[in-house]
Amino acid sequence: MAEALIASALSGAATADDARTDGDGKPVTTTLVVENMHCGACMRKVEQALSGLPGVVHARVNLSSKRVAIMTPARPETAEPFLAALQSVGFKAIVLADAEQQAKRGIDQDYLKRLGVAGFAAANIMLLSVAVWSGHAGDMPQSLQTAFHWLSAMIALPAIAYAGKPFFASAKQALMARQLNMDVPISLGVTLATAMSLFQTIRHSEQVYFDAAISLLFFLLIGRALDQQMRAKAASAAENLLGLRTPVTSVVRSDGTVARVATSGVTAGTRVVIAAGERVPVDACVLHGAGDVDESLITGESRPRRIQTGDQLYAGTMMLSGPIEARTTAVADNTLLAEIGQLMATAEQARGRYVRLADRAARMYAPAVHILGLTTFVGWLLAGHGWEPALTAAIAVLIITCPCALALAVPAVQVAATGRLFRNGIVLKAADGLERLAEIDTVILDKTGTLTLGQPQVTDDAHVDTATLARAASLAVQSRHPYAKAIVSAARNRGIVVEALPGVEEVAGEGLKATIDGTEFKLGSARFCGVDGERASEQVLWLRIGTAAPIAFPVADALRSDAKDVVARLSASGYRLEILSGDTSEAVGEAAAAVCIAEWRAGRKPDEKIARIMQLASQGHKVLMLGDGLNDAPALAAGHAAMSPSSATDISQTAADAVFQGEKLAPVIETIVVAKAARRRSLENFAIAIGYNMVFVPLAMAGLVTPLIAAIAMSASSIAVTANALRLVRNQPETAI
Amino acid sequence: MTALAWLVPVALALGAAGLAAFLWSLKSGQFDDLEGAGWRALDDEQTPKPAPVTASETKPQNT
Repeated sequence: MAEALIASALSGAATADDARTDGDGKPVTTTLVVENMHCGACMRKVEQALSGLPGVVHARVNLSSKRVAIMTPARPETAEPFLAALQSVGFKAIVLADAEQQAKRGIDQDYLKRLGVAGFAAANIMLLSVAVWSGHAGDMPQSLQTAFHWLSAMIALPAIAYAGKPFFASAKQALMARQLNMDVPISLGVTLATAMSLFQTIRHSEQVYFDAAISLLFFLLIGRALDQQMRAKAASAAENLLGLRTPVTSVVRSDGTVARVATSGVTAGTRVVIAAGERVPVDACVLHGAGDVDESLITGESRPRRIQTGDQLYAGTMMLSGPIEARTTAVADNTLLAEIGQLMATAEQARGRYVRLADRAARMYAPAVHILGLTTFVGWLLAGHGWEPALTAAIAVLIITCPCALALAVPAVQVAATGRLFRNGIVLKAADGLERLAEIDTVILDKTGTLTLGQPQVTDDAHVDTATLARAASLAVQSRHPYAKAIVSAARNRGIVVEALPGVEEVAGEGLKATIDGTEFKLGSARFCGVDGERASEQVLWLRIGTAAPIAFPVADALRSDAKDVVARLSASGYRLEILSGDTSEAVGEAAAAVCIAEWRAGRKPDEKIARIMQLASQGHKVLMLGDGLNDAPALAAGHAAMSPSSATDISQTAADAVFQGEKLAPVIETIVVAKAARRRSLENFAIAIGYNMVFVPLAMAGLVTPLIAAIAMSASSIAVTANALRLVRNQPETAI
Repeated sequence: MTALAWLVPVALALGAAGLAAFLWSLKSGQFDDLEGAGWRALDDEQTPKPAPVTASETKPQNT
């Protein structure tokens, strides 16, 4: 996943191409991911904006997947007009690679189709079976009973063959690999029940289990479909998160002209131009120019770095001011960005070895079931009965132990938990993430963007009057620098309508200036505004109007409003907390003191973060990593579980098990609470399933299970398990975490 | 008892009709966007028919 993500980040141009299939004159569809689309009104705006464009036949939004499909008669040159049209109505969109999406939906529908067929067959066979059962008490003639059995067989055989195919295929695969999974007892139970029922039908017997076999498949398919749906949702969320791409690079040719080429075509040694506001496409060394670069993606450091000739630039970082000219030193797989991706892929492999709860149960359950069946068969033979009643009893055991409730136990809980988290603004991405989240005992936090908001804010503007703040904001609104943005938002918070000042000039790495009616306005660093060295600090932005005394705007990255409370609650509940940051020790120490975390480490590079997590893991700790930057992505993948805020970089969000929205940290607690509740419900469900087996297996071994008892037991246990899972949906205040 | 001779086929046919309707709705993409469909019902303006987009994705081309 990580490698693919990085690959597409680095060759964005190719991705954009894949989005359109050439249709030889047939209409072609382009799919875009529209990020901030939430309701019916958004949906209509998006559709109207796109339908109005020349050449667009049709645009249709899928609100569930946050995508829009645009149909055009011919393959469009570029998706730019679509993106621009959406931008103009306030939506941010990116082009989606199409093929994967279609393949996934195919699988999704496959389970639903099988579920439909199984449901139809189960309902009709049950109808016939109930008639037969009531006939036992009444006066149903033998011939009619046999006719009903044959009718059931005719419905059941094709339905079981079709609906049971995924289970049979998976069981076969497992057996070929000389392993046992949950599908082996399922397939064995269903196949034997069907075969025996057919045999009994031919012999005009009463012991016919078609209804049990098909309703078993029906309930199992519900579990599978739920599981599948959640995985597909997680996968499409991950796909939508793709976005860190710089598809086009401005390359300086030998004759001095600048050409825009696909980043995938740039080689080491090429001279490139990077403008303000662009992401750096390759690792490069600065040749001319100066500017500020936001490297928080790599280092986690929130303050932009000032760069000049000779400095190193890393792919994926953001130029805040410029432009600069640079010589490419590394491309594609050799960039630092790609190296981080490889670190992450390695770390992810370790997590892939995690065995899910249901699979762990299956490993114990499957052999137990087969031994029970065999014991029954041998026991009946030893007791002096013929092979036929012995086989009947053994098959009844297999039908009763068929892990229907077990297979439904975990998916039902997960769907209920995901729904509850989703309503609270938390998107659960990995299906097994919930199980891993429930096991954690240590929480490691990144500082910038996780513990803090990640955006500098003006900490003290009480001494500044409204007119001055408005003036500062009118200068600042024209810059991308985070400090300038802080001033603009401070002004907006005070209710000032910010208007851009004409003729503002940005001096790269220094600040902004403008001259109006002979008065010079300057906003920027201490040096830029002529403040003497004593008062100069990196954390202060200055405004100088004319020759008047400069006014200071102290700027800092503020903590999330509830960071301290969340930390206090977590440590009160016995979690071990630690800050692991790429930022300077000064900044990290300050933040750690503010939220009362005793243990912190600063200046950690991505591989050092992994090393620390591995160290904790080897001591037996289960680590929850909370982070947002690209520099955290490998650590997120290395943690036992991981979460990131929705403001995190896309790659970090992909590495995280859950992504939370909003500026509060409280969703972390909610997630842990739900994860633990989900684990409890899953274990309760296992207990229900096992309890049911303890009642019915002895009956089956004694040969007392009739088709009626089998059908009731099967449905009752499935319904009990589902009902228990649904208890999770209620938002009861569970204070213990 | 003779009533069963036609009652049972009728019951099965009704069930099969329901199944066919479900499979059709699945194929025509009605389960693709459960969230958006709710909002579309509230939309007063005439929205263009969804036909070609979903049809071209799930069915072989016949246009």
